[in-house]
Amino acid sequence: MSIVTFQQYTYIIAAGCFILALKWLSRPSTARRGVTIGEIGMAIAILGALITKGMTYNWIIVGLVLGAIIGLPLAIFMPMKDVPQRTALSHSFGGLAAAVVGTAEFYLHARAGATPLTHFEMVALILEVLLGYLTFTGSLMAFGKLQELLPSRPMVYKGQNAVNLTLFAIAVAIGVYLVADPTKTVLFPALAGLSLLFGVLLIIPIGGADMPTVISLLNSYAGLSASAMGFVLNNPLLIVAGALDGSSGLILSIIMCKAMNRSFTNVLFGGFGQVAQAGGATEQRPYRSASAEEAASILEVASRVVVVPGYGMAVAQAQHKVRELYDSLTKAGVDVKFAIHPVAGRMPGHMNVLLAEADIPYDRLIEMDEINPEFAQTDVVVIIGANDVTNPAAKTDKTSPIYGMPILDVDKASTVMVIKRSMSPGFAGIDNDLYYMDKTMMLFGDAKAFTGELVKELAAAKAGV
Amino acid sequence: MSNNLTIYILIFMLATFLGLEVIKRVSPLLHTPLMSLTNAISAISLIGSIELTGTHYHDHLAVTLGTIAITASFANVVGGFVITDRMLKMFKKREPAKTGAGTRGAA
Repeated sequence: MSIVTFQQYTYIIAAGCFILALKWLSRPSTARRGVTIGEIGMAIAILGALITKGMTYNWIIVGLVLGAIIGLPLAIFMPMKDVPQRTALSHSFGGLAAAVVGTAEFYLHARAGATPLTHFEMVALILEVLLGYLTFTGSLMAFGKLQELLPSRPMVYKGQNAVNLTLFAIAVAIGVYLVADPTKTVLFPALAGLSLLFGVLLIIPIGGADMPTVISLLNSYAGLSASAMGFVLNNPLLIVAGALDGSSGLILSIIMCKAMNRSFTNVLFGGFGQVAQAGGATEQRPYRSASAEEAASILEVASRVVVVPGYGMAVAQAQHKVRELYDSLTKAGVDVKFAIHPVAGRMPGHMNVLLAEADIPYDRLIEMDEINPEFAQTDVVVIIGANDVTNPAAKTDKTSPIYGMPILDVDKASTVMVIKRSMSPGFAGIDNDLYYMDKTMMLFGDAKAFTGELVKELAAAKAGV
Repeated sequence: MSNNLTIYILIFMLATFLGLEVIKRVSPLLHTPLMSLTNAISAISLIGSIELTGTHYHDHLAVTLGTIAITASFANVVGGFVITDRMLKMFKKREPAKTGAGTRGAA
């Protein structure tokens, strides 16, 4: 067996491992097995790559060591609340890797005496570079916003879409020109520069609430650029693995868009924040606030409670206190469930990870479609740091910017408790009618502190009986 | 060459459809680990980076960019798998001991 065929066998095995990895990830019971088979596939593929004939290893080793030094600490010591940031950062790494490899390939093939790329390979290379660089800067911007190094509000200006589209059109035009005439190497830096710039400009108008969609989209781009690299390098393993990542990102983006009743173009070019700010004049309406003691006395006699967590829970790091609340209610014989809206938090599945971190059993975490029919039989809903996903205006008010967005039907429950810092509207700047309903109790305070008080009051009441 | 091209496009198409089918079945519960796992898998660009750096060792540009690419993608490989496993380890079903005798009596 020659080296080339052995290498090809390793790549085939690796591709099979990756597909199995994703298949096993579908259920929590087999998910960890999926990670293991994925690791095995990756190890085999790396081994296969390392036995390529006629290589020197010095710089490969340097790269591997540096990569491990950067990647391992990020993964081992990073607190779970920072998962969205880390994900954005890793998308930017993925984009960067694809883009610079594409850049190097372009110049290698442009050298005098080198075999030029076919038109098709050139198309793939341009796509790889374009997607790679825009994913790199776009994801860095997303990272900045999530880490709050940059303001997470959407930054919009007049003519923004026109500017972005023009830049993108120029980049595509340069790409087409390079396919037709790859010897015009002087145009290549312009293509790279425009892609980098476009990535930044694309994310500037995106607000925090749209992050789940954007992260998914960038995930898809990172995968597609890896796949394009496979076309350039004639490597089917890269094509397969990149396509798997690309389709995964695509599915997640579609789910996120559906969960907000918005289209891709609307997320990317819509500017969610502006509309809402225009209608910012709010009149004073009466609402009912309550103390932890009052709230606890109602929770005590409830038999079914649904907790609705949102980004506010993540910000306040309240998940461990929420777990204490869950424990104390469960011990008292109350049936406690968690209602998870698909876009709650800053990335797909964000709430599930946080609640799992706090040791809340995952069979208590219920998706929107499954929990919605149950709200009518629910005694108390406790909303912790969620807002727009519970706003009945999404169903009733045609003028609302969130009209048509599927929401959690919390208003059907007998009592609604909202733990919130103040009456100020949520991210989208939209007033929530839920807060003014007769059955609603506003519990003002920090999510973590107030949940802690609830737990204390429940314990005190129990001791008193 | 044109033969290869057809095969590659076919591979891409089939892998995309397979990906869509497999990933549609992933429980929303696990969407965050899904993203970090696919991220680790797409760090397969490491293979391309290794080939580039190793075989063009005489070319400064290729070695420089290749080493950057190896660093970035290997960081995703190790980081992605480790963080996915860390997350999945946290997902637990209700322990029988906690929910056993008495506590569920009311439900």
